Amino acid sequence: MIEARSITKQFADFVALDDVSVEVPTGSLTALLGPSGSGKSTLLRVIAGLERPDRGEVWLDGDDVTSRPPQQRGVGFVFQHYAAFKHMTVRENVAFGLRIRRRPRAEITRRVDELLELVQLSGLAKRYPAQLSGGQRQRMGLARALAVDPKVLLLDEPFGALDARVRKELRAWLRRLHDETKTTTVIVTHDQEEAMEVADRVVVMRAGHVEQVAPPRELYESPANEFVMSFVGPVNRLGDAFIRPHDVELLHEPNGASQEAMVERIVHLGFEVRVDLVRDDGVRLTAQTTREHAELLELDPGQIVYVRPIRQTVFETSRDPAEVGRH
Amino acid sequence: MRYALRFATLGYLFVLLVAPVGLVFYRAFEHGFGTFWDAITSPDAIHALKLTLIITAIAVPANTVFGIVCALAIVRYRFPGAGVMNALVDLPLALSPVVVGLSLLLLYGRGGWLQGHNILFALPSMVLATMFVSLPFVVREVVPVLREIGTEQEQAASTLGASALQTFRRVTWPSIRWAVAYGVVLTTARSLGEFGAVTVVSGSISGRTETLALLVGDRYEQFDATGAYAAAVLLALLAIGTLLVMYRLRPKEETR
Repeated sequence: MIEARSITKQFADFVALDDVSVEVPTGSLTALLGPSGSGKSTLLRVIAGLERPDRGEVWLDGDDVTSRPPQQRGVGFVFQHYAAFKHMTVRENVAFGLRIRRRPRAEITRRVDELLELVQLSGLAKRYPAQLSGGQRQRMGLARALAVDPKVLLLDEPFGALDARVRKELRAWLRRLHDETKTTTVIVTHDQEEAMEVADRVVVMRAGHVEQVAPPRELYESPANEFVMSFVGPVNRLGDAFIRPHDVELLHEPNGASQEAMVERIVHLGFEVRVDLVRDDGVRLTAQTTREHAELLELDPGQIVYVRPIRQTVFETSRDPAEVGRH
Repeated sequence: MRYALRFATLGYLFVLLVAPVGLVFYRAFEHGFGTFWDAITSPDAIHALKLTLIITAIAVPANTVFGIVCALAIVRYRFPGAGVMNALVDLPLALSPVVVGLSLLLLYGRGGWLQGHNILFALPSMVLATMFVSLPFVVREVVPVLREIGTEQEQAASTLGASALQTFRRVTWPSIRWAVAYGVVLTTARSLGEFGAVTVVSGSISGRTETLALLVGDRYEQFDATGAYAAAVLLALLAIGTLLVMYRLRPKEETR
């Protein structure tokens, strides 16, 4: 279990973390999700000991480790830009932590072979990092972090520098790996889809504060405020109400509370179709529907349809975003 | 156009470098190898060679260690005065060596703060002067490399349990060693040939405080042209030898 208690961290006049408390249960895979500058990476680095908090405590498995250097925290850390040891082979990179710990040679060989197998790099053990692709380098980074049997695994935007296809592959692979090893894992990301797909729990952060902690589904279905609602998925704002595009119903004929709108653009996204609309009062909104439904409606740009929200959310206290950042 | 460019650079190098140095070699051997050999095996010349090597052997390791520590301090640790230190390291490059010599003279000479410790006109002041002028080279070579490799590899090593010393030995050092080697070569070349600062503090006493560079000047002033050229050739050979050592080391790194 990782506990960050009332962590405050300031860089010059920028408050990266403002009295942040987060708990990560043992065996979970938790995502820290937020835009850049939200403090998510700083929080991860504070947990690892790479950054010293100005105030607050870090507890790992019941021990106060706030004043311990990273060497003595038993964490595995994976960096966005791999941080590969350039002058060492893949094997030497993975073996690094074990050699520092002066483990017997035979044990190191066995363990490194095991890990290279796990990250599917067995054939590339003698290569140097410069001879690997980005995805391979990051798998090496992961094997290197796992080699020392860390109590917790911390990943700082691990797939951020990779192209979309490799990113998706590695995401699924990381989830499987976690299901096998059950290592308590924290992943930092700014990509809501990544957080929702890979994590059991998501901590949404903004401007040095935690906005909400919830499992992905709950986050999507009952967001705590409008920031979370608009960050975890596309959203239409109509007055005080927030409506997801897939909760906008498209009709041929007027029906009760429906309003007239003109189809502006139709975007085909494979199974789904996104329809950009302009209401007769000038308000723009987006609807999302299945391809079949769109075909049934015979949608064309310029066509008049009737829109009706199936479900909408109204937040009681709508906070001004600029207000939050200033605390 | 390409030939014109090639011709221009080669011509420039020839006029400025090859011709003068070649001429020195020619003049040294003008009267046969025997004369040259006698000139460089005279007691004064042998003493000068020894003294030059001793000074270099002290100044270079000292400045290498200091240079690495100083570069690490400038790049890796933010502390008050780092900017001043960074600028201060360049001072020896900007300052005329004669001024350096003069300042040592003021500090250790008669009426100076630290007078009368057998420093002036002896080995200690010559080493100090040499260290002063050859100080920036290792720092200047290592700083940009440290900046370029960044801190992530070192942080990764620390999360994997490596102490600061282990991180330096296993991660930082392999990345900077070629920059250090290059800095050492430049430091060595500068230490071997330093004239201005050393001439002020040494007194240039023949057979006692005369380095090779001073010997060249001394013999030239005494109209012993062949002796001057012979000593100059010896000095040039040492410098060329240093450069060759570096070029033999360097390509291995780049082909990997």
